[in-house]
Amino acid sequence: MGVRRETMVNALLLAGLLAVPLWALWADEPFTITLATRVAILALAGVGLNLALGTGGLVSFGHAVFFGIGGYAMGILAFHAQNYTPLIEAFSIPGTRSMPVIWAVAVLASALAALAIGALSLRTSGVYFIMITLAFGQMFYYFTISWPAYGGEDGMSIYLRNNFPGVNTLVPFNFFAISYTLLAAVLLLVGRLMRAPFGLALSAARQNETRLRAVGIDPYRLRLTAFTLSGAITGLSGALYADLNRFVSPSMFSWQTSGEIMIFVILGGVGRLFGPVAGAALFILLEHFLGGISEYWHIFLGALLLGVVLFARGGLIGLLAGREVAHD
Amino acid sequence: MTEPVNGSVRAPVLEVRGLTKAFGALVASKDISLDLRAGEIHALIGPNGAGKSTLIAQIAGELMPDRGEVRLDGQEVTGWSTAARTRAGLARTFQISSLAMEMTVLQNAVLGALGARGKVMRFFAPALGDRALVERAMAALEAVGLQDLAALRTAELSHGQRRQLEVAVALTLAPRAFLMDEPMAGLSASGSRRLMSFLDGLRERAPILLIEHDMDAVFALADRISVLVNGEVIATGSAARIRGDARVQEAYLGEEACAGAGGEGRGEAAP
Amino acid sequence: MSPILVIEQILNGLQSGVMLFLMAAGLTLIFGVMGLINLAHGALYMIGAFAAAAVAGATGSFLLGLAAALAASAAAGALIEASVLRRLYGRDHLDQVLATFALILILSEGTRWLFGSFPLYLDIPDWLSGPVLLPGGIRYPLYRLAIIGVGLLVALGLFALISRTRIGIRIRAGEADREMIGALGVNISVLYTLVFALGAALAGLAGALIGAIQSVQVGMGEPVMILAFVVIVIGGIGSIRGALVGALLVGLTDTLGRIFLPMLFGLFMEPTAATTTGSALASMSIYILMAAVLLVKPTGLYGSAG
Repeated sequence: MGVRRETMVNALLLAGLLAVPLWALWADEPFTITLATRVAILALAGVGLNLALGTGGLVSFGHAVFFGIGGYAMGILAFHAQNYTPLIEAFSIPGTRSMPVIWAVAVLASALAALAIGALSLRTSGVYFIMITLAFGQMFYYFTISWPAYGGEDGMSIYLRNNFPGVNTLVPFNFFAISYTLLAAVLLLVGRLMRAPFGLALSAARQNETRLRAVGIDPYRLRLTAFTLSGAITGLSGALYADLNRFVSPSMFSWQTSGEIMIFVILGGVGRLFGPVAGAALFILLEHFLGGISEYWHIFLGALLLGVVLFARGGLIGLLAGREVAHD
Repeated sequence: MTEPVNGSVRAPVLEVRGLTKAFGALVASKDISLDLRAGEIHALIGPNGAGKSTLIAQIAGELMPDRGEVRLDGQEVTGWSTAARTRAGLARTFQISSLAMEMTVLQNAVLGALGARGKVMRFFAPALGDRALVERAMAALEAVGLQDLAALRTAELSHGQRRQLEVAVALTLAPRAFLMDEPMAGLSASGSRRLMSFLDGLRERAPILLIEHDMDAVFALADRISVLVNGEVIATGSAARIRGDARVQEAYLGEEACAGAGGEGRGEAAP
Repeated sequence: MSPILVIEQILNGLQSGVMLFLMAAGLTLIFGVMGLINLAHGALYMIGAFAAAAVAGATGSFLLGLAAALAASAAAGALIEASVLRRLYGRDHLDQVLATFALILILSEGTRWLFGSFPLYLDIPDWLSGPVLLPGGIRYPLYRLAIIGVGLLVALGLFALISRTRIGIRIRAGEADREMIGALGVNISVLYTLVFALGAALAGLAGALIGAIQSVQVGMGEPVMILAFVVIVIGGIGSIRGALVGALLVGLTDTLGRIFLPMLFGLFMEPTAATTTGSALASMSIYILMAAVLLVKPTGLYGSAG
């Protein structure tokens, strides 16, 4: 019952996220299309975190690292392409303005970072894990500030949005469509993964580690794999986000960014596949409307978050679809 | 210490040799040796605080001994992790049910089947669409009589049903030896009887090292009994021999009498 | 590289270390006793700094400012403990992180609403300003020396409190066994509020003392808090001794790294590249230290269990 209702809520969410920019296209409201694009991209970042946090129980407060690496992968590649300077001088490897190549680099680089950070921080658990992921986020933040080659503290601008074969990415709706398609594809993949043997075992690692060991499965490798995949997904969204703004800066690595990605997951509903989609949509709506009313809208955001944590642990999807978590 | 069962010595599946573990000044395991042979139920009894939990933890791999070794099928596994021991054929059930509570009964059993098969890094095909996994899980659920509750969330099971599921998950592992920590704890009289008759038949599949407080069950089921007192095995033998052992009566029943005065008269079943 | 520069930098490292200790001690105490991870600790640091700047600005007295910082942060700590955090002791770490993160948003934006977005400044009082002449001809700012002194005094006080007093015994009992202190008839909720207020006051004190060196602004607390997390990971959670050793290690590594790594690279690289590489590496040095400790001892230098 709860399961079927959640599927319906999910379908409505996905349809709604498509319908709004379609309407905006018809009504000629490009700003609304940009808002919807932000929702899709930030939701993708949340889907990444949710895999580690919701399914795997790994409370990472450092996912800004992967978001930032994705962003800087785009920034650095496009920077060299627009300045016609080689990326790696010794091999005269050029930069690129091709989105698929940028995505591949972003995914690979953030996966590698997640593998390294995960390998270290998964040696611990609980509060240690939270503190360590937060600390590594800060490390990347300070590193980008102190590394002047790519703008240092000021970040860097990319003049033109990057290319996708056969699509004019300068048209706002086209870029939305690209982001939306990627989000849908990743949701499909993660949805399958959650039901596959890997997802079942990962979920068991969160619910009862002792049980998992007692059936002969070591949780470390599972968690490290989940953390790596999770970082890769968030890295992809970072590359898209950078392309949306045509700007990257150290703030992509900041702890606030990690906190915001976590908010998408929590507001929507932890561990629910579509939770981050609902959460990111709610966040952007709040930012847009509350931010229009008061400069201090973070107070309301904080109060809302506190309310969800204390009283409504299922998040938005929990409220809409009931407490039952989808399992089949 | 080792004596033939029914006149013939069968090869030990699980062997513990000279296991010693101290926590500061407290020696929780003193040079413990025991073995588990094919086809038998070997019960481990002892008063509270005798060091049973510490011993189980060392056999299962949760705690490393200071000295001594644990062997499974002749292979030394002393340094191995819990998961590695499970993969090598040691399946355990827990004193307090340890299950993935948000999952369904079937999913818990499938998890066991998955652990037995060992190919966890599969990312696309649904686990519950894998016929081999599900059949293996359902067979184990049927063996303990939980097949009708397969779709239920584990959190909704009664205490007794959770104990049954624990045993079912252990069955999916098709182990070389079972390590069962008080499987009867908290069961109703009828539940205990059912589980006893089940364990009675199970020993032919794989031998059971049974830690149990229910003395009726121990004396009815066990081929051999080892008595642990103050971290030491003071006697090992058949039920009749343990009943008649003067040291057991002195040490074990003496302790129990004290514990009984404290309100926990668990030993009254022993003669 | 003159010996005077080295000693100066070591003193700077000590100064930053003892301030980190004030933060880390509060965090580790709160975690040790209540099992709570408090992300709002940086906000308490900020509250201390704002209270000090506002009161010192209004009255002209630095000491009144310090008193206000202690009072405001302790009161804010007690208030959020009694109103929100108390509900979270039994909950999992995720809930604690989220609720205290929500508190950061509320407290930071609330402070911005009260004081505006522009930084405040807290002046070093006359009787603490200017340099002092140390043995060996080293001129060092008196205020920074005073901070080191205050930090070390607080550390001594904390060790005495934990090991010598009745409340310290209760705190240690709380670390060992929550039910036991309940059985002893100690009022746990009062004890918890007190411990939390103590931790908050330490954070507020650090904020006020640092506020006179740096500007006082919203968001000043979180970077320090994250450094304090690094300290705790290195020292081992729940251990005051670990917090002290970790804080000094982090303070010294960070300060010395910033000065000497660029110099070190200058020995074999051209100057601009050496500065760039050296300072970039220096910005990561404490995290590399943390990673090294994790590799060798995942539970920290003085930690027992994760």
